[in-house]
Formats: sequence, structure tokens, C-alpha cells
Amino acid sequence: MTPVSAEATTPRGPLQVEGEVFSIKRVGDYFHLTVVADGIAERARPGSFVALSVGGPISGALLRRAFSIYRVRPAGVYGGTVEIVFAAHGPGTTWMAQLSPHDPVNVVGPLGHPFAQPLEPVSCALVGGGYGSAPLFALAERLRERKCAVHMVLGAATESRLFGTLEAKRAAQSVTVTTVDGSVGIKGLVTDPLPALMTRNGIEVVYSCGPMGMLRAVTEVATAHGAWSQTAVEESMACGIGVCMTCVVPVVGDDNVTRMVRSCVDGPVFAGDRVRWDDIGTVPAGTHGAPRPGRPR
Amino acid sequence: MTRLRPEDVDLTTVLADAHLDNPVMTASGCAASGRELHQFFDVAELGAVVTKSIMRDPRSGRATPRMAETPSGMLNSIGLQGPGIDSFLATDLPWLLQRDARPIVSIAGGSLGEYAELARRVGNTPGVAAIEVNISCPNVENRGLVFACDPFQAARVLAVVRRDTPRGVPVFAKLSPDVTSIVEVAAAVMEAGADGLVLINTLLGLHIDPATLRPSLGGVTGGLSGPAVKPVALRAVWQATQALPSVPVIGVGGIRTGADALEFLAAGASAVQVGTAIFNDPGAPVRVIRELRQELAARGIAKVSEVVGRAHPSLHPPSP
Repeated sequence: MTPVSAEATTPRGPLQVEGEVFSIKRVGDYFHLTVVADGIAERARPGSFVALSVGGPISGALLRRAFSIYRVRPAGVYGGTVEIVFAAHGPGTTWMAQLSPHDPVNVVGPLGHPFAQPLEPVSCALVGGGYGSAPLFALAERLRERKCAVHMVLGAATESRLFGTLEAKRAAQSVTVTTVDGSVGIKGLVTDPLPALMTRNGIEVVYSCGPMGMLRAVTEVATAHGAWSQTAVEESMACGIGVCMTCVVPVVGDDNVTRMVRSCVDGPVFAGDRVRWDDIGTVPAGTHGAPRPGRPR
Repeated sequence: MTRLRPEDVDLTTVLADAHLDNPVMTASGCAASGRELHQFFDVAELGAVVTKSIMRDPRSGRATPRMAETPSGMLNSIGLQGPGIDSFLATDLPWLLQRDARPIVSIAGGSLGEYAELARRVGNTPGVAAIEVNISCPNVENRGLVFACDPFQAARVLAVVRRDTPRGVPVFAKLSPDVTSIVEVAAAVMEAGADGLVLINTLLGLHIDPATLRPSLGGVTGGLSGPAVKPVALRAVWQATQALPSVPVIGVGGIRTGADALEFLAAGASAVQVGTAIFNDPGAPVRVIRELRQELAARGIAKVSEVVGRAHPSLHPPSP
């Protein structure tokens, strides 16, 4: 197991910023949104996320939408910016897709526990499903600064749902692409080429971001190869800041006790082998504070 | 006549024995124990921080999905997840007190004995401004355990909590609107010794997933909150203060702006709580304080207490 530490972070803590759309572009089936939001760039770390309000100030859609940070730029000519990638699959994200430059957007962030990074220059695999690849590019840059070898695996259902395959070629020593329909790259899932890639490159840490099923499968491959895994989960959230208790997942602590922990503040990045993937959507028996059989609650 | 400036409005509020700098609080379950919101504003600026309901034992809560967005609101089905009273008294409550916040501690139990134990342990902790007794959380496995649905059961809980809470620490009963007559429950808990009311808890609701055509929430049903419930909450505050004019009432349900808070005060509430709006705007509670000052100043009202109950023609006949 590689010793890993989170970076020292200064300044710390999230901000709430009334931002302004700088640009919005279509990228395949997704949208790439750049928002001018001062102060967030300086605080962001790879794997942290932002929560955007949708529908404007009198919107009846109250819950913030959470997105992994794709890129940030500290204040320059235009003030600091934060970039995200999203799919317009619900009313909130459909509203976002219709934003125009200069429209106001309220941003809370950066939020969450970022990717932990190795202290040693080890070989890393970065696995992204769909637009889950977005936070991996900033991570790749940091890992290369630490002299780590970076290998990327990007997968999606079809070519238009891949994000960042060109950018990956600049960010990584090797790029492997998979699509379920075979429209580009290897026909299949990210976990199909992963075992051979890990063996070939002596991968010691596997980072992943994407749907829960993919994270679970990637963790299984990583663990089977004795590698350390860091997974960024996507659980629906109401607040993103740790007060609503809706985004919990069952995670095993250092004391071997399972707790329902908030993916917004204790995650979204978890050590993959600590998440009880098979039990997501349940409160597993024996969880801290779970109802005990025969005892009315 | 000089115009009243917002900063000159007197917001001080008295709720039974609790004296607060202003009438704006967080709503239980929407602010955890204050620590997360302290990243966005100083929790000591609030009239009070109402903590997430604490139970005797640690509690995992319900399975996910735990929330569904609904028009102008949301359903939640958390199931009172929490660390239990030992951990709360060891870490969360001292944290609030160190920051000069005014904690109102929400307690929830499955039995009279649990309520009594919580009342003793919380009530004997110096610095607790009041106890809010949650007898109305809809997210318990057995809906029969919602004490607030039955005036007799509700009164038994409040009698026990009042008996075991030191004098000088007011006890407020948080009631459910899912009853035939909220006035009947309100009268019963006041008769049993409560010092005031918190109106309202969430309404029981259901969301269907359009893809699966099955209930979206892990707990099947959930509690509806947000601006969608504001008219229901205002109605409950109105009815309770009409029937029980001397009872201090804290209004909660869908408050998003200072104008919303003002409506609750006019309906008879002496104080208000901001809940679901926090999820949309983490700074909402302090913004509501600022906006309430502006709303009162714009109307030339120098003291917030002057506006309480204004909507009741029988209590406040229009001046000739």
C-alpha cells in the first residue's frame, strides 16, 4: 500500500459566490460550462466539487446541483473561473444548458474531500466513465508534477458520451478508450482493458469517477491487483455542504465499523475498498446505529 | 418624521424564558449542529441555532434515496440519523456554546423514558436556550409513533419533558400539521406544561419515480418541506394563536425571505425558523434577518414585537 496524503490546503473552506457565465459549449452529448466565480479556483483541489443553484433567484427548484470541478483558473483578466461538464438530463440541468454568457449563476464551493495523492512517484491509472472523466485532468496534472506515471482509461456507452479523449493524450502517458457499442476504441467496459494495463504498467493507485456500478467494478480490479483505489462517488444531494444528510453511503471506518457517511463532506472521494458497494441503497445490518432485530424503533 | 433605518429596528425577542437577539433561527434538521453553516456566516448572529433532533442512541437513519425534489420543495426521508446524546453533549453542544451561539436543542425519543432522559441531560447543560420536543417526525418506521398525531400521547410526552427539564429552560412542542385539528393538539400540550409551540413539522408525502413508476424514496414516504408548505404553516400558526393568544409560537415552513418571516410574525408567531431554504442558500438565515429589518423599517415598525399577531383582526382591531 502506498502512503498517501491529502495536500495542505490554504485558503480553506467553501465560498458562496454570485458568479457569471463566461461561456457554455456543447461537447458531444454534454455541456462545458465556465463560470466566473472569484475565490473558488484558489481553494479547489482535484476531486472537489461545486453546487449550483438552478432556475434563477425565485426558482421553485430549490436543491443545488453538484458537479465535479473540471478545471479552475485563478483570477486573471476576467477574475477566477471554475469549469464543469454536465449532461442535460433533468429540468435543472436543462435550464443550465440554456444559460448564456453574462447570466448570473450562484456557486457554492469548492466542496468535499478531494483525491488523495501519493507521496512517492508511483504509476497511476485514472478511469473515467462518461463525463466522470472531467475531474481527472486536473488530477493528472498534479500527479505528473509529482513525477507519477499517468495512464488514462475513458469509457462510455457510445462515442458522443466520451469526454476529453483528445485532452487525455496530452495529460497521460497512455490513453485507452472503451465504448459499449464499439463506436470508438475497445468495444466493452473500462474494466475490460484495466487488468492488463495495470499489470503492464505496474499500477499502484487507481483513481476513478463515474457511475456507482463502474466504481465498484474498478475497485474490484484494483483490489485484485493489490492497488490502492480512490473513487469519486455520485450520490444525489440536496445541499452539498453537509447539513441535509441525504447523500449517505455505507462506508467501513478504520475501526472496521460501517457508518452511513455523507458523500458531500466525507466524500465524494473515498478509498474504494472502504465503500460497501453491494449495500448502497440499504442500511447494512451491523451499521453504527442501525435498527437491531427484535427491537422496535 | 425621520425615516426608520433598518439597523435601528429592535429585533429582540422573548419566548417564554428565552431572550433572543432576534427572532430568526435555523429549523431542526436543516443545519446539523451549526458547524457546517459556520463556514458561511457566524452562527452567533442567529436568534438561535436549533439542532438536528438528537436521540438517546446513535441512529443510522433510513436507506437511500433519502430525498426527492418536488415543486417549490422537497421530500426527505432521513429517519433521524444522528450520533446519539453522548456524542452530542461531548462535541456538538460545546462547539456551539464556545461560539456564543444560542442553542435550542431538538430532542426525539421512541418512548416516554427516552424523552425524559434526554430532557434531563440536555436541560441540565448550562447555556441551552430552550428544548424543542420533536414529537412529529414523519420518518419513523411505525407511523403510530408520531406522538403529535394524538393529543393524549402528545400531552404525555410534553408532561414528562416539562417535569424533567429544569425551570428556566423553556420547552417547545413541535407539532405535525397532519392532524384533523392542530388546535386540539396544541391545547393538549400547553395544558401538559409546554411553554410554547413550534409550527409546523413536515407534511407526509410521496414521490413516484417516473422511470420505474415506484416510490422514489428508500423509506417510501417522506416529509414535505420548502415554500410549498408555507400556506399550511401560516394557517397552523394563525389557528393556534387565534385559539391560544397568549402562547409563544415559533413559525416554520417554507420561509425563504424576510417578507416570508414577516408574514409568519403577522400570523401570530413570535419567532421563525429557516429550514429547506438553507439547502438552496447556505446564507439564508442571516439574509432573512437582514431582510426582516428592511421590511420592518420600510413599514416604520421600530420593534419586531409590535408586528406579532397583526393579522388577527380580533386581537388587533384596526385603529379608528
